Amino acid sequence: MPPPRGSSIFRNLQSRCSNRLFYAADSILPPCTRPTPTRTPVHPGAYNRTFATRTLRPLPSSIYLRQFTTTSYLSHGHLTPPKPGEELKVTFVTKEGNEFTFEVAEGDNLLDIGQAHDLEMEGACGGSCACSTCHVIVEDQEMYDLLEEPDDDENDMLDLAFGLTETSRLGCQVKMKKDIDGLKVKLPAMTRNLQASDFK
Amino acid sequence: MKSILKHPSIRSAARRAHRTSCNTRFVNTLHQPGDPRVAARRADAPFRLAIIGSGPSGFYTAYRVQSKLPTARIDMYEALPVPFGLVRFGVAPDHPEVKFCINKFDEVARHPNFKYIGNTPIGSTSLPFSSLLPNYNAILLSYGASKDKTLKLPGESTLLGIHSARAFVGWYNGLPEHRDLNPNLEGNDGKAVVIGQGNVALDVARILLTGVDGLRKTDITEYALEALSRSKIKEVEVVGRRGPLQAAFTIKEVRELMTLPSVGFEPVPPSVIPQDTSTLPRAKRRLMDTINKGTKSYPLEKNWKLSFFNSPTAFLSSPSNPDQLSHIRFEKTAPVEGTNGDKVVGTGEHKDVYASLAFRSIGYKSEPISGMVEAGIPFDEKNGVVCNALGRVARPTPEGDIQVPGMYTTGWVRRGPTGVIASTMMDAFDAGDNIVNDWLGGVEFLGKEGDVRMGWEAVKREHSRIGLKAVHWSDWDKIDKAEKERGMKLGKEREKFGTEEEMMAIV
Ligand SMILES: Cc1cc2nc3c(=O)[nH]c(=O)nc-3n(C[C@H](O)[C@H](O)[C@H](O)COP(=O)(O)OP(=O)(O)OC[C@H]3O[C@@H](n4cnc5c(N)ncnc54)[C@H](O)[C@@H]3O)c2cc1C
Ligand code: FES
Repeated sequence: MPPPRGSSIFRNLQSRCSNRLFYAADSILPPCTRPTPTRTPVHPGAYNRTFATRTLRPLPSSIYLRQFTTTSYLSHGHLTPPKPGEELKVTFVTKEGNEFTFEVAEGDNLLDIGQAHDLEMEGACGGSCACSTCHVIVEDQEMYDLLEEPDDDENDMLDLAFGLTETSRLGCQVKMKKDIDGLKVKLPAMTRNLQASDFK
Repeated sequence: MKSILKHPSIRSAARRAHRTSCNTRFVNTLHQPGDPRVAARRADAPFRLAIIGSGPSGFYTAYRVQSKLPTARIDMYEALPVPFGLVRFGVAPDHPEVKFCINKFDEVARHPNFKYIGNTPIGSTSLPFSSLLPNYNAILLSYGASKDKTLKLPGESTLLGIHSARAFVGWYNGLPEHRDLNPNLEGNDGKAVVIGQGNVALDVARILLTGVDGLRKTDITEYALEALSRSKIKEVEVVGRRGPLQAAFTIKEVRELMTLPSVGFEPVPPSVIPQDTSTLPRAKRRLMDTINKGTKSYPLEKNWKLSFFNSPTAFLSSPSNPDQLSHIRFEKTAPVEGTNGDKVVGTGEHKDVYASLAFRSIGYKSEPISGMVEAGIPFDEKNGVVCNALGRVARPTPEGDIQVPGMYTTGWVRRGPTGVIASTMMDAFDAGDNIVNDWLGGVEFLGKEGDVRMGWEAVKREHSRIGLKAVHWSDWDKIDKAEKERGMKLGKEREKFGTEEEMMAIV
């Protein structure tokens, strides 16, 4: 079974070339070749993962993520399938700039949605607002204003988030609702490889 | 098999041994353009990685490598029988959500190409560092910071009643090394001073002030719970050398203390803390506002305070009890102009703070593993980190940093003992990316190209010759289960084993 587009190995191969930036100072970068993806199952769900509160399964092979495609939601672990006619759309923009739109049910939070679709999104504290690894950036200020205001606890964690912006939120705290149908969020880079400031 | 020690660049590096500090400017990859060695490796080329340390930095790196190079064989060596480093022995028992990351680590450990080797400290006293070199393509140093900084003040190491925060935290969290700390929490003065203003200091203050009822259901050790239930501490003073804007603690930990039932906060004098915070950056502004807001009422049954601009100069006792701490002498400090308050100087004015219990919480410290420097890994003694450029171990030279083949580092031993799990995770992802990108990119690793590296299969022989008993993941499962069962009987999440013997008895 070929790895799903958008799964980690694919993203890796895409991102390897952007790592050139990191080497900008030296001219001796490794050649940025694109080896063919292996056929080994790559995403972590490929071996059984048991979470205390969640169980993720590998994506059914029929719903590979495709760029700029709406993926209709099947049975992803703990997400509730939306009732026909009540699907809400949410779009994630990965750090490479790829967009993935999903149809989801009211009440699902962004972390669960992102993880169920195997996006590169961590939830180190399991969605209990204690880690800031699920940081997302709402693209549109007006949409951001429609969200319920973050509470003190969320703001406290956001204060620690890397690359905080005016429209940052914690994915685990944002639940889908009718009035934010069409929400679009960016996933910040989860590594600092490209940050020149690290060369202190 | 060619030993890495024979690599000419490495021998000269070993001669330089411990450096006082390393200033990494940029990293040279190991080859030059046109170098015949620059051939990309295939993703299925056999790759063996040894990880030293099973804290979050080691596990998150393993996770990253697994997801990018699933064929990589990873062996993780851990000094203690039990995994997870500071997630188990640092993170406070009343922060169970923070420990949720263990679920991810457990998943990583069950990957078919992953092996956990606990009860195996790497270093001279047990498994020599050099025994890993011929058996792996790469080694990741993620062994954290197992020591703590000292103040080097009179009385610090001789008087009773002075503890390092690391030891106290280890004690309540069941770290075998500090099982027998037995801090005396029953001094009649009911006062404790914490020196240092990071999150660890606030953890110590919170554990001292939270009533035991708030801790009973957590995984705090029973002996600590018992000692805390007899505690007479009513007042905790957390003292820092610099001002509130320089304090290292974060808002979540301050807010937790501000919302503890029956605990009041003594207001910080307005002369010391900014009153108009509107021009401060977001995080500082919110932190200052939270401190200024304080608690609804003060004083209450128990109280705490933050003291700024005070630097300890001596720990003192009273003539009636010359072995016991009775007071700490502080010198007032003032910010040095032009340093934005980052630097302070003593003003010559002293004051004594009376307390029979003091905790030194001025930071954890990493040390080189013995045999590591000899293997060409430069260690920065001043900053307590492995010399590196973004996690690639790098040997500083006048021309720039030269990457040490096959050596990587991450977590607290890479960047110093600061940062939460989220930042440790990012750091680890960097390390994982670097390892995989370097490997696939054809960068030089340990040994000769094409060498077969046997990993644990080979190390195992030396391991048993030394007489070590390895703990594998299935053994940890047993310890884990036994601890949870002990906990269940006590109505708590888990009751940890406090000694390595107890842990090994289960295996
Ligand atoms: C008291 C305290 C409270 C904290 N609370 C929080 C919190 O609430 N939230 C949060 O996000 N972060 C918290 N942190 C920070 C978090 O714990 C660290 O960011 C993180 O654990 C660092 O990970 P690490 O892997 O670099 O080191 P560690 O977690 O220290 O792991 C290093 C591992 O290496 C092992 N080791 C050492 N030497 C050897 C050797 N020679 N051979 C083999 N193994 C070896 C050690 O036994 C240990 O298991 C806290 C830290 C402390 C100290
Ligand atoms: S998952 Fe930890 S804050 Fe959202």
